[in-house]
Amino acid sequence: MSMSTRELWVTFHGMVFGGVFLLAYSAGALALWGLTGSSLTVSGLKERLLFLRLCTLGMAALAWLTAISGAFVAYPWYRKIPPAGADLAFYPQALLKANPLLHEWHFFGMEWKEHVAWLAPIAATAVAYAVWKHGSVLAKDDRLRKAVLLMHTAAFAAATVAGGLGALITKAAPIR
Amino acid sequence: MATSTNSAIDATAVPETDDVKSVAAALVAAGIGCLAMGIVTTLSEAAKSVANLLNLYKPVGPLSGKALVAVAIWLIAWVLLSRIAKAQPIKVTRWIGAAFVFVALGILSTCPLFFDLFGDK
Repeated sequence: MSMSTRELWVTFHGMVFGGVFLLAYSAGALALWGLTGSSLTVSGLKERLLFLRLCTLGMAALAWLTAISGAFVAYPWYRKIPPAGADLAFYPQALLKANPLLHEWHFFGMEWKEHVAWLAPIAATAVAYAVWKHGSVLAKDDRLRKAVLLMHTAAFAAATVAGGLGALITKAAPIR
Repeated sequence: MATSTNSAIDATAVPETDDVKSVAAALVAAGIGCLAMGIVTTLSEAAKSVANLLNLYKPVGPLSGKALVAVAIWLIAWVLLSRIAKAQPIKVTRWIGAAFVFVALGILSTCPLFFDLFGDK
């Protein structure tokens, strides 16, 4: 059992950075949902805010790591142009484009994934900022708390589209 | 004897403080960043010349320029909107509404089903 350097990078991009981001969503969403001033004591609020701050900051960092490692490390390997007569198994984009049964994985799947992925870190950073800088205000202002929760969900939705498509594309044409 | 740390937080409505406006500005800026990604993606698809302009780093292709432009627009919008929100009264609910319209448009316009309508490549 062994992994090439490329496979290791792709694993970190998709399963470590991206996977942990997606797993952390529900913890952050639950903590945000429960961040209501009417149901928390001052000490309870402090504890909840500390957890939320670490969770949202971690998620923002993971979202940036996922997007940057995806675009600037894995994507160049994906789109590398094969020399004439090369084995397309080592050139995922060319492999997908060459097969009419698979080419939508590139023209729909990768084309959406590579762009929508950048929405996640932007949205996650706004959430982390709101929680870090103005967390106690979110506990008092329901409207604001729900807006931040919705932005947190938007980051998750963008990452889910990107991550889901990435997993399916990797199944059809893995980076080797 | 009850201490202040165990008392319930006052959850009554708060006025539009600088804190509230700052969060609203951050959310709208994020929406603008998402929409910017959608717009540059669609423009790049619509015109080969735009795609070539955005090709800042050859191994990544036009995606390098699209990401850079979207992130730059997001950060500039954040700075400007924060200043605007601090300097004058704003309708926070409208700002929040606008933020999510922008995010939804951003998700839509990064989808090939949308931007392929404008494709010339």
